[in-house]
Amino acid sequence: MNLTFANARLVCPEAGARAGDLHVVDGRIASEAGEGAQVVDCRGRILAPALIDLGVFAMDKAACRAGGIARIGLMPDQSPVLDGPGLVQRAADMGKPELWVHPIAAATRGLAGESLAEFATNAEAGARAVSTGRAWIADSGVMRRVLAYARDCGLTVITHAEDGGLTGSAVATEGETATRLGLPAAPAIAEALAVARDIMLAEQTGAAIHFRQLTTAAAFDLVRAARARGVAVSCGITPAHLLLSDINVTDFRTFARLSPPLRDEHDRQAALAALGDGTIDVLCSGHDPQGPEEKRLPFADATPGMAGATTLLALGLGLVRDERITLQRLFAMLSRTPARLLGIAAGSLEPGMPADLVLVDPDAPWQIDADRMPGKAGNTPFDGLPVQGKALRLFKGGSEVG
Amino acid sequence: MQPPIDHRPGAQIYGRAVFPHAHLTGISGLQPHEILFLLDEAEQWIEANRTRAKSDRRLDGLTQINAFFENSTRTLLSFEIAGKRMGADVVNMHAAQSSVKKGETLIDTAVTLNAMRADVIVIRHMSSGAVQLIADKVDCPVLNAGDGSHEHPTQALLDALTIRRRRGAIAHQRVVICGDILHSRVARSNILALTALAAEVRVVAPSTLMPAAIEKMHVTPFTDFDAALEGADVVMMLRLQNERMSGAFIPSTREYHLNYGLTPARLARAKPDALVMHPGPMNRGVEITSSVADMPGRSAITEQVEMGVAVRMACLDVLTRRARGVEGWA
Repeated sequence: MNLTFANARLVCPEAGARAGDLHVVDGRIASEAGEGAQVVDCRGRILAPALIDLGVFAMDKAACRAGGIARIGLMPDQSPVLDGPGLVQRAADMGKPELWVHPIAAATRGLAGESLAEFATNAEAGARAVSTGRAWIADSGVMRRVLAYARDCGLTVITHAEDGGLTGSAVATEGETATRLGLPAAPAIAEALAVARDIMLAEQTGAAIHFRQLTTAAAFDLVRAARARGVAVSCGITPAHLLLSDINVTDFRTFARLSPPLRDEHDRQAALAALGDGTIDVLCSGHDPQGPEEKRLPFADATPGMAGATTLLALGLGLVRDERITLQRLFAMLSRTPARLLGIAAGSLEPGMPADLVLVDPDAPWQIDADRMPGKAGNTPFDGLPVQGKALRLFKGGSEVG
Repeated sequence: MQPPIDHRPGAQIYGRAVFPHAHLTGISGLQPHEILFLLDEAEQWIEANRTRAKSDRRLDGLTQINAFFENSTRTLLSFEIAGKRMGADVVNMHAAQSSVKKGETLIDTAVTLNAMRADVIVIRHMSSGAVQLIADKVDCPVLNAGDGSHEHPTQALLDALTIRRRRGAIAHQRVVICGDILHSRVARSNILALTALAAEVRVVAPSTLMPAAIEKMHVTPFTDFDAALEGADVVMMLRLQNERMSGAFIPSTREYHLNYGLTPARLARAKPDALVMHPGPMNRGVEITSSVADMPGRSAITEQVEMGVAVRMACLDVLTRRARGVEGWA
């Protein structure tokens, strides 16, 4: 079906924001209206590329629909691990027709950090990147081979940056809060240590590396310096590490148990600065729904992770409202840059792009409610927070996702 | 002498019970006057325990469940004796023989205990925050008998009571706490209680056993035990857990003793009448030598055990007053 979105406030990560109409012909964005186009009156609301959520742990259609997400980069930490072509292909087909699932294949077999998985075979089956998963690869020799081989295959390596030796069994960032609560804690430099090593290996091998989440001042400094040298390095962050700090785990709130753990206020401010100066490339949800059997436990026994897909857009719009970033840059972080890292043509309103679109009311007020979150679970550290901004309608390839 | 009374004048402040908390999950959250109130309440039980027939029936018919998910001998015994001396029906639940081993979640266990209509639950658990989690799910008062590395409030209260009785005051006493501060719930609760009562607290540990930002808890950290001992009124030694002794956090018990063992020579750096304390059980020859542990007039280690029963009686009494309908507490 052909569509014309009229009276829209178009926000394109590439062309910028303008008021006007957008045409969709045969599921793609077109420069002119198609035959018999149905008109959608946007009433001045935002029409932007649908969100591409890079690095989620569960395929959660209801949460994605509510959050305006049309594509996800699915982490290999599934059961079983996405380390073979059959599993990758199955994952890629899993979301149809409402959701594009772009599998991120395991960099090592079983994510064990020992022997290389079949990068090229998995890419042919639909994998768009390779990843170390939730964990860090401790063996520098293995990590070097992962990066070198991924460069040959033209795949970005998505890593988790925490030195496992320093983190050990830690569940919090070292500091006053962890000390008062008596929680096993690791120093924040565990992140920068891992980043420093991986950047050096990426630089030496010429690989493209993406840190799924960076959260500390020292790590952002390393990324800035590497980028200045021309290293193909990028990084992401979730709203949690921009808006919350380790004091949010006071009272042992397991919904605030995340990986990496929440940092201190100094690092949070550094993350906001890195957001503002463009060091951070991707805003992702880190969507990892965990039910009460994983969360209603003593803090250290609870599984880390948060449900974030539903709240990603609203919290991102809050960053625009707070004048941390522009609307255009927000959608670059939410769609164009994740698309580029996954090597897919999407995340833009340019003619020829797939018509993955989200119609957004940026002002619609609502309250985040853990008990009523759409999707698999409501484990949000933002429970009770009033926010503004809702995805009113979501289109994937020109068809509305109901 | 007067028999212990259920409540005394001054048990209310502005029309509210002086101790308004439903549970005792930690020293954190208690006001200084609330800590002092519990100490005052405990005083009456010390004499009673020593002199008269040790029976008081105020908890008659109440069920006290001691749910211990982590092994303990002395704390469990202390809580059991405390409950029985006041007439409670005391039931002990050991994790080793419970369904916890069969995969039942902590919440389910809590709900089960609640459904059995316990009147007060005493909990020890290996995870920080576990006691609070249970307290949120049950209708009766919950007493924390130690959760992970978080808190052990009755230990801090009995230590404070011991110091107050032996030194005459807590305020302005220089208290040196030495040992595995990183993993110690006893240290955390003591720091909170003693600083709330205006003591000067010094903590001593090798850097591998010292938590980050401990100075934010208003204590002075030392790695040099000798320097910390200068002018000390109280020296509180902590137990070093076996699994941390050989290489993981310290090289050996021999080396630990060299730097952090309390010997008579080292004790001489403290005030001549300084008090020696230890929450027990002691590793004699590791953190403390026998001559110091048994030093007459200086060691308060057995007195701490005695104070433990009195403090736990006071806590059980105070926390059940609302349910028992004691005047001024309902």
